Amino acid sequence: MKPLINSLPETVFTTKVDDLLNWGRASSQWYMLFGLACCAIELMQTGGPRADLDRFGAVPRATPRQSDLMIVAGTLTYKMAKRTKLLYDQMPDPKYVISMGSCSNCGGLFQLAYSVCKGVDKIVPVDVYVPGCPPRPEALTEGLLRIQDKMMRERWLVRSNGSMEEAAEA
Amino acid sequence: MEPSEIFARLEKQFAGKVSDFKGDVQEPYFSVDAEAILEICRFLRDDAELKFEILSDQTAVDWPKEEKIQVVYHLYSYAHRHQIVLKVDLSRDNPTIATAEGIWKVANWFEREIFDLFGVIFEGHSDLRRIMLPEDWVGYPLRKDYVEQEEYDGISTQRAPLVDKLMR
Amino acid sequence: MNETAQDQDTGFHTEDMTISVGPQHPSTHGVLRFVVKTDGEVISEAIPDVGYLHRSIEKIGEKVTWHGYVPYTDRADYLAAMFANQGFCMAAEKLAATPVTRRGEFCRVIACELNRLASHLISVGTFGQDIGAMTPFVHALRERETINNLMEEICGARLTYNYIRIGGVGYDILPETCTRISEFLDHFAPIVDEFNRLLTGNKIFIERLAGIAVVSKEDALQYNLVGPNLRGAGVKWDIRRDIPYSVYPELEFEIPVGTGHIGTLGDSFDRYWVRIRELQESCKIVRQCLKMLPKGPAISKVARKFKPAVGECYVRVEAPRGDMGFYVISDGSEYPYRVRIRTGSYTAMSIIDKLSKGIMLADLIVLIGSLDVDAPEIDR
Repeated sequence: MKPLINSLPETVFTTKVDDLLNWGRASSQWYMLFGLACCAIELMQTGGPRADLDRFGAVPRATPRQSDLMIVAGTLTYKMAKRTKLLYDQMPDPKYVISMGSCSNCGGLFQLAYSVCKGVDKIVPVDVYVPGCPPRPEALTEGLLRIQDKMMRERWLVRSNGSMEEAAEA
Repeated sequence: MEPSEIFARLEKQFAGKVSDFKGDVQEPYFSVDAEAILEICRFLRDDAELKFEILSDQTAVDWPKEEKIQVVYHLYSYAHRHQIVLKVDLSRDNPTIATAEGIWKVANWFEREIFDLFGVIFEGHSDLRRIMLPEDWVGYPLRKDYVEQEEYDGISTQRAPLVDKLMR
Repeated sequence: MNETAQDQDTGFHTEDMTISVGPQHPSTHGVLRFVVKTDGEVISEAIPDVGYLHRSIEKIGEKVTWHGYVPYTDRADYLAAMFANQGFCMAAEKLAATPVTRRGEFCRVIACELNRLASHLISVGTFGQDIGAMTPFVHALRERETINNLMEEICGARLTYNYIRIGGVGYDILPETCTRISEFLDHFAPIVDEFNRLLTGNKIFIERLAGIAVVSKEDALQYNLVGPNLRGAGVKWDIRRDIPYSVYPELEFEIPVGTGHIGTLGDSFDRYWVRIRELQESCKIVRQCLKMLPKGPAISKVARKFKPAVGECYVRVEAPRGDMGFYVISDGSEYPYRVRIRTGSYTAMSIIDKLSKGIMLADLIVLIGSLDVDAPEIDR
């Protein structure tokens, strides 16, 4: 994360508005509890005492309306696919999706199955893929930090002040 | 009681409706006619010396070479600590059999799963509908000749090419 | 059924509400859905809707080899993965008459009982969280981290182990690991007392649980409840004692049974109490096994292309959620013909509709948590 620049010792600092907004968003990602299968247990352990996600500001929320990160942890079946899309649509913008584990990346070892969707990216757009079966807590934490990096790169002022073409490009 | 004694007792009571006892295998079993399944199950549950009060498992196996779907009942008795296996052969075109829900209430859920995955119709069942798969799924997946559909609900079911080679 | 008895008294027009609890819900254990018809807060009908995690594990059994199917049994119940591994391997060994080494049997029991500890910790912890007690859940996760470390030392994985193989176990348990296991057990005994202080003796917890969702003995047998659900109803039946397998006949442990000392016999508190007592009994079993661990190879020689004889067999193991039955049919080739997994949670779901008539919505959560159902066992 880029440090805030030009800080004076008397607690006055100058920075870019974009950096400040992104720093606030990245340090408080509230993730929706969307644990489907085995990876959900590792998600719980990552939120637990040893590999604590709360120190990055990430707290679990049960409802999609109050969360901005969806961690799809587990196998997605065709029966569940419609509900996943519904929950993704209920999340407010800006929203991000982490696909945790092999089953949600590509179907995993259940690609031989008839009722499993071969990857959650057929249903919702995914930002970060975390491999593993199930991924270790350290791996999921790394995925969260990549989302932080992605958030820090976003630009807001250009979109709101620029012309329509510039906003479409951003 | 030994499985052969259980079979002898049943043969005395329901001659002609039970047959094909195999005693020298891992799980001794015998075959039952589809029409007589309810009375035989009731006798197995209520008779004082047999007392099979538990339906451990009820499942089905598809034998396309012999053109039958076989419904298998595993019964167990906590009182006498013996077990027995019943097998009923049904035709593959129209597999129907009476429901055992009135005898063991757990048969309700077992039979729903068999209907969902094999297509066996259970007459008299209170709520026969799909349980594992979505309501609008086409086909019975656990049959050996099941062909997957191309897409479901707009999602394509195509696999990666390497995985396609593993599909038997 | 749109008008209630109140209508005659007060003249208000009331209607039943239909609510969908799930599939994404913080307190259903996995992806389960209940269509609940309520009259205000009192439930008139709760219909379970399952299948959101149906991964067709039984069909995959016909597509992969015998050795290659063991990782799939892990996912049949990921909280009790060792037991599913063991059940399938026992079935394959029974069909092919493969002997298991003695050291392998003891390693299996050690790994399985550690897994039972981990599974009951999650079950008790999430049960407390559903009721509203957040602290015991975090304590349970902390203890489970140590067990995950031990499992990683034994077999390399934290959750889906693939440790128990046909003919024995995959890797040997080293002496350093044995020392660490006994240190953990010494540390764990006071933790159970801490749980009892936080949860079991808690007045609020007792009021929420005692007398809710009583299961009678006849119902437990008719609906084929197994495991702690059956023992909580007063029936003393445990596969390890009554249809013994592996080296359990040589070990000394008790079978806890619900007594109804708080509330009624067969209520939610009894089922919870059986699980807490089983935590203590599993510690005893692991200690005995560590003392009795013999020397020798951990796995017997098994052909790479495993082809058992033609036949079928039915094997039961005592998993944390009850008796897990494996019905395996072999046709002599290197792929199984049919694998059927019968789990305890599937039959426990069938009783929810009957038990949920007349209780409140918050009690439905208590009922689901006390029966300890989880989605992978139901849907497979």
